[in-house]
Amino acid sequence: MPLEDLLINKPKKKLFLLGNEAAVRGAIEAGVSIAATYPGTPSSEIGDVLHYLAKDANIYFEFSVNEKVAMEVAATAAVSGLRSFTFMKHVGLNVASDSFMTTAYNGVNGGMVILTADDPSMFSSQNEQDNRHYGRLAKIPILEPSNPQEIKDMMVYGFELSEKFKTPVIIRTSTRISHMRGIVELNEIKASNNINENIHWKKGFFKKNPKQWVPVPGNAAEMHKNLALKFENIKKINTKLNKIYSAPKATKNKNSKFKLGIVSSGSSFNYAYDTINKYDLGIDILKLGFTYPFPEKEVLNFIKDLDGVFIVEEVDPIVEKEILSIIGKNQLKISVFGKLNNVFPMIYEFNPDILLNSFKKFYKIAKKENEKVNGGKNNINDIYDEFSKEEININEYNQNTKLENTQLNNLIESLPNRHPTLCPGCPHRTSYFAVKKSIEELEISEDNVIFASDIGCYTLGISPPYQTADYLLSMGSSIGNGGGFSKATNQTVMSFIGDSTFFHSGISPLINCIHNKNKFVLTILDNRTTAMTGGQSNPGLNVDGMGDPAPEISIEKIAISLGIKFVKTINPLNLKKTIETYKEAIKYDGISVIIAKSPCILIKGLKKRKPMEIDYNKCNKCLECLKFLACPAISMKNDEIIIDSLSCKGCTTCRQMCKEKAIKIKR
Amino acid sequence: MINMIEDIFSKNPEFCKDSYTIYICGVGGQGIIKTSTIIGNGAINEEKNVVMSEVHGMSQRGGIVSTELKIGNYKSSLIEEFSSDMIIGFEPIEVVRNLNKANKDTKIIINTQPIIPSNISSQKNSYPDINEVIAILRENYNYVYPIDGSQLAKESGNILTLNMVLLGAATADETFPISKDNIIIAMQNNLKANFYDINAEAIEKGYEKVKSLQ
Ligand code: SF4
Ligand code: SF4
Repeated sequence: MPLEDLLINKPKKKLFLLGNEAAVRGAIEAGVSIAATYPGTPSSEIGDVLHYLAKDANIYFEFSVNEKVAMEVAATAAVSGLRSFTFMKHVGLNVASDSFMTTAYNGVNGGMVILTADDPSMFSSQNEQDNRHYGRLAKIPILEPSNPQEIKDMMVYGFELSEKFKTPVIIRTSTRISHMRGIVELNEIKASNNINENIHWKKGFFKKNPKQWVPVPGNAAEMHKNLALKFENIKKINTKLNKIYSAPKATKNKNSKFKLGIVSSGSSFNYAYDTINKYDLGIDILKLGFTYPFPEKEVLNFIKDLDGVFIVEEVDPIVEKEILSIIGKNQLKISVFGKLNNVFPMIYEFNPDILLNSFKKFYKIAKKENEKVNGGKNNINDIYDEFSKEEININEYNQNTKLENTQLNNLIESLPNRHPTLCPGCPHRTSYFAVKKSIEELEISEDNVIFASDIGCYTLGISPPYQTADYLLSMGSSIGNGGGFSKATNQTVMSFIGDSTFFHSGISPLINCIHNKNKFVLTILDNRTTAMTGGQSNPGLNVDGMGDPAPEISIEKIAISLGIKFVKTINPLNLKKTIETYKEAIKYDGISVIIAKSPCILIKGLKKRKPMEIDYNKCNKCLECLKFLACPAISMKNDEIIIDSLSCKGCTTCRQMCKEKAIKIKR
Repeated sequence: MINMIEDIFSKNPEFCKDSYTIYICGVGGQGIIKTSTIIGNGAINEEKNVVMSEVHGMSQRGGIVSTELKIGNYKSSLIEEFSSDMIIGFEPIEVVRNLNKANKDTKIIINTQPIIPSNISSQKNSYPDINEVIAILRENYNYVYPIDGSQLAKESGNILTLNMVLLGAATADETFPISKDNIIIAMQNNLKANFYDINAEAIEKGYEKVKSLQ
């Protein structure tokens, strides 16, 4: 599908959209004027699509330097009366959280939607934090879609809700929803107005009112009171987003004499729905779409006549605890089956098999309990007790099922693994190779060098043969960690950070390290893009989020202006020079900054370089290229080293490192 | 009275009617997501409901890529264990790695051209012999269609049409719920017009190959 299809104003038309594409369509239907983000999986594609379509959609879009700035851009647009949209991965909201918390106090004029994409099971993240907590922390409403259609519809609803109550609204997705593709039926696009010939997006007007917009302590006290009042009003609204999926009468309770129900939301709802319907378990499901403020009344209505309720939710037992509190408050006698009593796993994402297992476990115990009483009276509490007796066994989770067939199992176990690696020709590989070489030449033992890594493709340096990632916390942490290690130990410290990550949150820690007289080698791997998330622009480039020309900010000048004496910009692909520079930098007493500048090979329009080949008359099969460089284009076939000319990007690193001069440009 | 566990967990034929699930796996850069989207669009052309799960992000740097397509009444996009109706394997050992999605009757379309992991020399396990892998699969599964997709792609004029060869191969199995014609229409809507002929040729080649194996 061409992305332009997201612009067509044909209500009822059906498109097959990725969740992230549906979010953009929702923004367009809602008439968003300003959108800002910092790229992060699983929400990156929203930015990619906006980058492509923003102008035609009458949206100002930027890749902000980090999520906090994106939050601030969106907040100011909203207080100026415009509809604004910011989106980020779950941990991005940590970065934005300082301003995020206050947006609730300040409130908005135009609608403001904050989409946060969680990553249960950590497909591309450092943790699986549950961002539903953030709504509770800030008193901001949360909507939770279960599929692309709902993402689009909740975007539009979110803006209406936001304007009605003058509050930002969170849309919380997860990887399985953002990266789900499904059928989306379109609605009308609101006509955008007031667009000047020179500026393609609508402009707003900011009306001064310090009492509302400036939370100095005196104002903040009043603002918190207003927020609390607002919150009570939001609790009262009727919403269609919470919905009961009733089991057919005929199947209801056919499997047990107890009245059971399920409360679920987001991707978990999909698994619950499929499991209940596929096996005709006859249990009603309350699907929550509007999950915070917690819809106490609706939930109470749903559970009050039940004997037992299953809470199906990924990551933290949040709904479960809400429901336990409703039960407590209303002094009900309902058994709750959730994470807290070992019915569903406490960590990781769910899937249909996990739910099936949990329900099987339930019915097995139910059956056993039934037999025990021998036809007499039995009580759902017995089942509850049976579950609660078991200790929570975290080790059970996420273990790959073995096949029944040993031949197949043996085959599977004998397979080589396939981890993501740096691409062939990736300049990071050459930098890492040079770093290792210089350490070796300086005769420093590897144990005496700490590599503080950061977030980007270059974190892949964690794997052999490079092993250049020893410690990592978050975006930009390599610099603060580098400083910390240099004070805490006498080891050699080397930090690696990418260009985009440096801009994101590397600059203030660098200032800190200079001021506090740290000593370490900082490499800024400047590959001219935000590579890991798919190649978005950043302030180091001469193009902005909408593809327009923009001032390019020089990393070198920043470093020099901070007073660092050792700042060298090198092309890492010049191997000899790179090794020499590293040797100097390691010996330098103070902070040394090396800017390893060479473009990511995935950047479009790069000049093609000729591939390499092996000169078999010279190759003595030392295998150093294979073992220590480990470029994916180099492999072993029939006892000979070969270079795959289709995947080789002609970076010449192998040619430079081969002692026998056995690698040459392919003729 | 509570029924037997086995009775409780028997499938509801009404819900499962007309459902079809396809697991597609391989390595980053092989065109897997595009192929899956085309199948999804083909399903929509036939007015079927479809959901799909994609893997993006870290796994695309030469790592494993997989998608899951579920046609039918499903809301979730993840296929249950041992229950794929079809597996389309772009890389042989990735099929083996995902056999927990297969049962005896799963249609297994498998490209026989390996992509050797780049760090193979530092691993304890070596890459298995493809003929042995195929033989083991044949021994354990009823419908295994090994095809040299990379060779057929070259024959249709471009190695990058591998994904269309495998897509064509899928349409040749009679259980596949979408007609070849609808797949071709969906392909046209999703790929650049200037490659249309080569892609159509590749679909044809994959189709013929599987027909000849049946
Ligand atoms: S020149 Fe050598 S190191 Fe560079 S991409 Fe080609 S094979 Fe790999
Ligand atoms: S480093 Fe040079 S001599 Fe050694 S195996 Fe590679 S090509 Fe051959």
